Amino acid sequence: MTKELSQKVIDIKPSGIRKFFDLVSEMRDVISLGVGEPDFDTPWHIRDEGIYALEKGKTFYTSNSGLKELRQEIVNYIKRTQNIEYNPQNEVIVTVGGSEAIDIGLRALCNDGDEVIIPQPSYVSYEPCTILANAKPHIINLKPENDFRLTPKDIINAITDKTKLLILPYPNNPTGAIMSKKDLEAIAQIIIEKDIYVMSDEIYSELTYSGKHVSIASIDGMKERTILINGFSKSYAMTGWRLGYALAPKEIIKQMTKIHQFAIMCAPTTSQYAAVEALKNCDSEIEKMRTAYNQRRRYLLNAFKEMGLECFEPYGAFYVFPCIKKFGMTSEEFAQKLLEEEKVAAIPGNAFGESGEGYLRISYAYSLENLKKAMERLKRFVSKLA
Amino acid sequence: MRDELLSIIEKNSRIGLNELAVLLGETEQRVLQELEKLEKEEIICGYHTLINWEKTSIEKVTALIEVRVTPQRGQGFDKIAERIYNYPEVHAVYLISGGYDLLVILEEKSLREISNFVSDKLSTLDSVLSTATHFILKKYKDQGTVLSKQHEDEREIITP
Repeated sequence: MTKELSQKVIDIKPSGIRKFFDLVSEMRDVISLGVGEPDFDTPWHIRDEGIYALEKGKTFYTSNSGLKELRQEIVNYIKRTQNIEYNPQNEVIVTVGGSEAIDIGLRALCNDGDEVIIPQPSYVSYEPCTILANAKPHIINLKPENDFRLTPKDIINAITDKTKLLILPYPNNPTGAIMSKKDLEAIAQIIIEKDIYVMSDEIYSELTYSGKHVSIASIDGMKERTILINGFSKSYAMTGWRLGYALAPKEIIKQMTKIHQFAIMCAPTTSQYAAVEALKNCDSEIEKMRTAYNQRRRYLLNAFKEMGLECFEPYGAFYVFPCIKKFGMTSEEFAQKLLEEEKVAAIPGNAFGESGEGYLRISYAYSLENLKKAMERLKRFVSKLA
Repeated sequence: MRDELLSIIEKNSRIGLNELAVLLGETEQRVLQELEKLEKEEIICGYHTLINWEKTSIEKVTALIEVRVTPQRGQGFDKIAERIYNYPEVHAVYLISGGYDLLVILEEKSLREISNFVSDKLSTLDSVLSTATHFILKKYKDQGTVLSKQHEDEREIITP
């Protein structure tokens, strides 16, 4: 073929994680600290409902926006955790993971040349999805001195007359940072004043360790301009089921549903039946997993302190983000050397944006025994450098 | 701290004080005080080890015995339960709602010893009306722990 492929896609940089993955996959006996998914199995109740749905032959398409019963449960869940009311008929859509919701949300909102504010370090898909939606990413480099929270000043400096929306990625992957209600109120004021939309990616909402997560949509005047994205992957350890959802004003959901309808049709039916059970009966399972994550989080922070590795205390998700600047290496050099010398795989912070340079993302979605082994190796590595 | 402390040591009673304190975000001294309190209040009643005896050369037979009894005036089931649980070979005694009254768990070296205990000791007690003995053939899960090998981590090594 001589005809060219899409220049827009060709110009998108491959994920920084991919490069590291190729390196790791050639090695043996690596202890990984590099995953972005829970180590727990999906709770049995949920798996059992999935199996039951298959046994009963519930193997057809569902409606485009998702099973009615599931949409109702999602709305109930948001009401009971955030005290926000949504209409299950037209203000919610069930998607293939939170990632699809991000993609179709951006495509539904953006016109050519619109600007999308993306705070980084953050999840790797916001920037490419923005580009694919013909919009222009405007990156905010979050600052370590603010513990990687988003401040009103950050936003004021980033907003132009082309700004369409702000992506709000908290609890944050990769830093583990969270935004308190007070933090959110401070930025909400500006967002309302400047009349922009917010895409709030709350996929880690159940994993916070200093009080309950607060959604920006619960703040006065915000619901009408917010796409709230969440899903089942992290809270319920259901990554492979590929199920997420978005809640937003009906005008937005209507347009998102159109894209979803033609590109996807509907989210996997088995997963949707299983998810109903997750929302109905699995609060105690979430609690158990959260308790375990919190213990590991404390363990890692203590281990860093003992080996003299600087790290702010993150209160969300299942990541810690230690600073490695004092060793005089880039994140990639540090990660590669750590991998070669001690066979520990952690992701260089710059894979999540330039402002992640000088940091390392360490996941604690591993058993405590595993983390102990990894910390022994990391300690040995760090002491050789010092 | 109490609930979280209990759930950690229920699964791992050998965990060190130092590590406990780190996991709970408390000082060692406060954890130690709480442990002592829990022991004193008889909430912590012992630090046992979960052993899969099937993998050892030691012969052990476990039986579950349903016992129907006549409760005694003023003492309910407590008196008869005590007479049963005082036998060292009795592993556990529970008062049960439903078709029978006491569930007795017995561990012995052989079937013969269990049958001797039931016929000589248990069924001859005055207030025992009847017994039904069930033998355990295989333990799949005990004390919340699956006894077979846990599966391996099949996740991709690196994911965003």
